[in-house]
Amino acid sequence: MKLVEHNMSKHTFTHLDALESESIHIMREVAAECKNPALLFSGGKDSIVMLRLAEKAFRPAKFPFPLVHIDTEHNFPEVIACRDKLASDLGERLIVRSLEDSIKRGSIVIKDESKPRNPYQSVTLLETIEEFGFDACLGGARRDEEKARAKERIFSFRDEFGQWDPKNQRPELWDTYNTRVNPGENIRVFPISNWTETDIWEYIGREKLHIPDIYFAHEREVIRRGDNVIPVSHLVQPKPGEKVEVVSVRFRTVGDMTCTAPVESTARTVDEIIAETASTRITERGATRMDDQTSDASMELRKKEGYF
Amino acid sequence: MNTNTQLLRFITAGSVDDGKSTLIGRLLHDSKSIFEDQFSAIAKTSEKRGMAAVDLSLLTDGLQAEREQGITIDVAYRYFATPKRKFIIGDTPGHEQYTRNMVTAASTANLAIILIDARKGVLTQTKRHSYLASLLNVPHVVLAVNKMDMVDYSQARFEEIVNEYKAFAAQLDLHDVHCIPLSALNGDMVVDRGENLDWYKGPALLEFLEEVVIDRDVNTSDFRFPVQWVCRPQTNEYHDFRGFAGRIEAGEVSLGDEITILPSGRTSRVKEIVTYDGNLATAFAPQSVTLRLADEIDISRGDMLVKSSAHAPRVEKEFEATLCWLSESPLDKGRKYLVKHTTRTAKCLFSRLDYRVDVNTLEQHAVEKLNMNDIARVALKIQQPLVFDSYDIDRATGSFIVIDEASNNTVAAGMIS
Repeated sequence: MKLVEHNMSKHTFTHLDALESESIHIMREVAAECKNPALLFSGGKDSIVMLRLAEKAFRPAKFPFPLVHIDTEHNFPEVIACRDKLASDLGERLIVRSLEDSIKRGSIVIKDESKPRNPYQSVTLLETIEEFGFDACLGGARRDEEKARAKERIFSFRDEFGQWDPKNQRPELWDTYNTRVNPGENIRVFPISNWTETDIWEYIGREKLHIPDIYFAHEREVIRRGDNVIPVSHLVQPKPGEKVEVVSVRFRTVGDMTCTAPVESTARTVDEIIAETASTRITERGATRMDDQTSDASMELRKKEGYF
Repeated sequence: MNTNTQLLRFITAGSVDDGKSTLIGRLLHDSKSIFEDQFSAIAKTSEKRGMAAVDLSLLTDGLQAEREQGITIDVAYRYFATPKRKFIIGDTPGHEQYTRNMVTAASTANLAIILIDARKGVLTQTKRHSYLASLLNVPHVVLAVNKMDMVDYSQARFEEIVNEYKAFAAQLDLHDVHCIPLSALNGDMVVDRGENLDWYKGPALLEFLEEVVIDRDVNTSDFRFPVQWVCRPQTNEYHDFRGFAGRIEAGEVSLGDEITILPSGRTSRVKEIVTYDGNLATAFAPQSVTLRLADEIDISRGDMLVKSSAHAPRVEKEFEATLCWLSESPLDKGRKYLVKHTTRTAKCLFSRLDYRVDVNTLEQHAVEKLNMNDIARVALKIQQPLVFDSYDIDRATGSFIVIDEASNNTVAAGMIS
């Protein structure tokens, strides 16, 4: 077998190499110590990076966990297509549970179809965890996204109600992780905690990962509401007096269609996005998640309710 | 695209009064790592609180749960980058739970910034922070003498503090101490040099953080490979494949190297170093790889692979350690706990509590029980042998956590002597 020449001498172990090795180590700890883990996968860029890290951690074997997507059915079709293609290319098992299931069951009551569904995602997630008895869920959250995440452990313990208790977190020292839970409890594990948005893009570039097209600049019909640029879709239609414009935009995150705003951009390649990210002056969530702008503590409250 | 930069993890030790939050705010602001929406949020809060200027310390301000209850949650991690390096700051609040928090943050740090108020000089807390940095074996220390603007940027005052500190630090096992005068408030010698400290010829703080050599922080001589996970694809293509996945915690390994498996003591040779990106001829710490050996030997998680030629680790069921108790429930000497050391978890009991160290005076006191934040010298008995080095040689193979089996909480951190 042909040997790969080392592209790094002992003295140039780069930040991406360090972050990658840390993430692989975390994923393997989960595989080795947790009885029934799952990897939460949305088809977004962070979870696509997570899949590559899982390949690096476990190949040539199959992943020791299924992929799980909690579908709000408010997703961009391009993202769902990418999700399905990736799971099938990798030959890994994909479990999809939809908010519609919880709505039918009556555990979620939607009052306004045009409103974001993120607050309800926790309900379906917790129901899915219970259905399959998952004791650990790997998620692609990053600490640079938001200040509640900045204070969350890599191995984040959740009680039977899925609650995060920020005041009562387990100390986390060195790279020695405490994975222990009682039946019914659950650990959320964030292997890319220490990655930043720029690291993610650099890694996508280095690994040549395929991501949904809507991350790259494209022409799209949008309307402007306050400071936000909102994509027109079957869920968001212009109100009387609002003007539909066609603008070159890209998405920095790809969540719920009703609350994920694109940024105006002409970046059509990963390198151009990295250049733009380096010079941008607004945080990823600040720019793109209207639901996080409603209150200073929105994410913290959602996490306490079981959000990942 | 510049992806050829290194990662440096550092902590800041000091209280709000020392200007710690202002220093972090200044680093982020002057290195242009603060985003507009973050800046406008703290500008709004500063105005609400009736402040004249934007309070940069608010950048490290926390969660609703903290504001409501007037507490600060232990460690927050912050990220910034310059064209030369990526930085992770482990930011710990300075209050009574300081020991526990600083120990946590220091455990992964390459460097500790210890802040001093130039007016006050070396205080008890300076000694405490320095002791903890040396206990956790943080490879580099920066003594940041802040508030130089309050002492007229006096070189004599700076040198007085440096001399006093060096006299104290000589008792500790600190390897690399660098002293920098600065004013976080005015931005002198943090990112920019400013115009007030011309007599200081060394690097500004950020320049030092960018340049300090960290390659040698990892033990490069003795190969240590705790087995994390056994890779057995059991597919037609990889029918006989059996690989040992893990992260190299120290040293390096090459094809053909003779390997000893501990604790069993059996030996074999490295047949393949497997990665997703192709097989390697040599791999080194801290890479995550999968090793295949020439012989069929029963190896499982918790075993450690070492080079037969290298300095051998200790394989013992009893050892002494310095323990930092982290839990609100005190140590119960009559009980058994779990130790997690590298990838092995086993029952343990504390056979002796030798003494407690007063982190302020470094004095040793007799001890009957351990409370949260206590640091003590103890002896442990483990149900099965552990494969370890002393912590001062190897942070990864010399450290462990203690878990309370009843609550599943992490209750202590240990460093093997």
